[in-house]
Amino acid sequence: MNELQTILSDTANRLLADRVTRKVLEAAEAGEWQAGLWQALEENGLPRVLVPESDGGAGGGWAEASIVLKAAGRHAAPVPLGETILAGWLLAKAGIDMPEGPVTLVGSGAMIEKGKITGKAPGVPYARHAGHGVVLHAKPDAQSTKIALVELKDAAIEEDVNLARQPRDTVTFSGEEAAKSGEIPGLVDVKLWGALLRACEMSGALSSLLEQTVQYAGERKQFGKPIGKFQAIQQQLAVLSTHVAAANVAAAHACAAADKYGEKGSARFEIAVAKIRADEAANLATGIAHQVHGAIGFTYEHSLHFATRRLWSWRAEFGSGRDWAKELGHAAIERGGAALWPFVTAR
Amino acid sequence: MQEFRFDLCTLPPEAEALRKEVRAFLAEELKDLPAVTRAQTWMGFDAEFSRKVGEKGWIGLTWPKKYGGHERSAFERYVVLEEMLAAGAPVGAHWIADRQSGPLLLNFGTEEQRQMLLPEIAKGTCFFCIGMSEPDSGSDLAATRTRAEKVEGGYKVNGTKLWTSNAHKAHYMIALFRTHFDPDNKHAGLTQFLVDLKTPGITIRPITDLAGNAHFNEVVFEDAFVPDNMLVGSEGSGWGQVTAELAYERSGPERYLSSYLLLQEMVGELKARGDSSADAEIGRLIAELVTLRQMSLSVAGMLEAGENPALEASVVKDLGAIYEQGLPVKAHELLGGEPRLAGGSDYEEVLGYLAQVAPSFSLRGGTREILRGIIARGLGLR
Repeated sequence: MNELQTILSDTANRLLADRVTRKVLEAAEAGEWQAGLWQALEENGLPRVLVPESDGGAGGGWAEASIVLKAAGRHAAPVPLGETILAGWLLAKAGIDMPEGPVTLVGSGAMIEKGKITGKAPGVPYARHAGHGVVLHAKPDAQSTKIALVELKDAAIEEDVNLARQPRDTVTFSGEEAAKSGEIPGLVDVKLWGALLRACEMSGALSSLLEQTVQYAGERKQFGKPIGKFQAIQQQLAVLSTHVAAANVAAAHACAAADKYGEKGSARFEIAVAKIRADEAANLATGIAHQVHGAIGFTYEHSLHFATRRLWSWRAEFGSGRDWAKELGHAAIERGGAALWPFVTAR
Repeated sequence: MQEFRFDLCTLPPEAEALRKEVRAFLAEELKDLPAVTRAQTWMGFDAEFSRKVGEKGWIGLTWPKKYGGHERSAFERYVVLEEMLAAGAPVGAHWIADRQSGPLLLNFGTEEQRQMLLPEIAKGTCFFCIGMSEPDSGSDLAATRTRAEKVEGGYKVNGTKLWTSNAHKAHYMIALFRTHFDPDNKHAGLTQFLVDLKTPGITIRPITDLAGNAHFNEVVFEDAFVPDNMLVGSEGSGWGQVTAELAYERSGPERYLSSYLLLQEMVGELKARGDSSADAEIGRLIAELVTLRQMSLSVAGMLEAGENPALEASVVKDLGAIYEQGLPVKAHELLGGEPRLAGGSDYEEVLGYLAQVAPSFSLRGGTREILRGIIARGLGLR
């Protein structure tokens, strides 16, 4: 890790380990906005990790952002940190200043027409708590993407949550004026970059699952010894760890590609790979973690579910593994068998 | 708990330049090779092909020039290997010497041993096999019983090695023998030797596998004499030397590409049929391929940096074997079709071959259970 990466890792992990207590998680699940946690994140500049230094950010790339996103996933931070990081990156591309407070991503359903926002967007993370949202709208010539920053206070918000009780609201716009608007060259889509967010956050949540499960296997005794001494459990934990490692590598590879190719979506292949791999790891890892934890891990009282419920929702958000795999597989079959290896090695 | 380290590696431009060269060579050399023969990849043995690869300078790529090597990077080597495997080149003759025996001699061999053998290996004219397993020593390698007893000027060897791939076609074996027996410490007293397979007292009997191929062997030693100067490393250090060797053995691209040609056939077959029902499954298989490649490259990077990624190598091999073994099953589920020994389409024949050999993928080079035991130890559970 370089110096910035070490600082980010230390800061994010320490801050989140201190702040994301069980009380905070439970309060957030009950619908309470975690203002103190958010303020601490802002004071440490974490939501602006992808904003250039000249605009008051940390000037990091995706390699740096992934450290913060992984930490957010690992500690189950109940705030839209990833969404705000991505919003800041997109706004900076269009030269738009990032506002204070959380900024969420408004996905498909919303449109920008003559500086006004219309349409209905489902599944908007933390819309009820976010001051602003970022809306993207591809121009008809498909050469560039319109971007608008819109205040959410006047939009109609229908509250909903995912399995982890994270707000996923439906936002209906009726011609709200964009606070700021601009353009980004190329086709930029929320689903793609959202998939990268979730892949990184999932790799963090998976690491936390592994840690918790290994620790539990070392503490829980049955038949006179820690269950982690039994080969049957050891083999399960080994499998869990290999999938966590694979999801981490795939996410890191996608971030490296995002840094290499920029915002125009050329890292689409690697991001798809990362989301597919995180999805598969989540399927396997959540099953093993719960099996090893036994009945206690199935209670609300235990903390395991803060990771597993997130993984069960995140694997489906911004395109499930299956959605991305269909896209990838379809393109590969179109190219044909002989083209597969040259394609894979050219990435 | 120890975190696995998989730092990403980017292949340097010279490696990509070499890739083009290798691809052009293989396109010419393999143009008449049937798909089912290609599917054997590193199980395919072709001494003439290995000699040509040696001539191109692609064996012993990273070794010092004074030993016939080419002093190029581990990444260039990696590219050569993955291109050979993906194309289905019959690399089996030189594979083990290039991957394992050469590096072992560079690490632990005497100057005499290096000078005698490394240039020949690099030329693609000297082939090796690895004598580790025995009838009563498989996963429990430290149970090795074949004895090397000290006699005047060398050692007298008695015992049996089993499942030794290519012993019947190789010139030398790197063998693990017991030179000392301590009932309280079976890991001590093991020693590695360089054995000339023409030595009197050695009988090599090929064993036919379930697919009808004879690539592995039983090798019986009856008072076979191995001279002192053929001891590798130091007496009694065999266990440590073998363990160091395993990171080379377990993380290479052959640990996830053994069934690659079937994936290629599947993609081709689906295209020909105009069948889009398997898009998602093919996408998943490609995602796993890309991920395994990054993991394997990362281990290559650590080896290049002089680290010992034994744990990470075990992770790559475990996931890789699941992948290789899963492909014939996926092919059957997604495309169906009769697996055939001969007389079928390329897809049917490649499927027929791989469906039969796939069980070996999680046995050779360390069983799945042993690898997972190593990983569990890395997690602090043992």
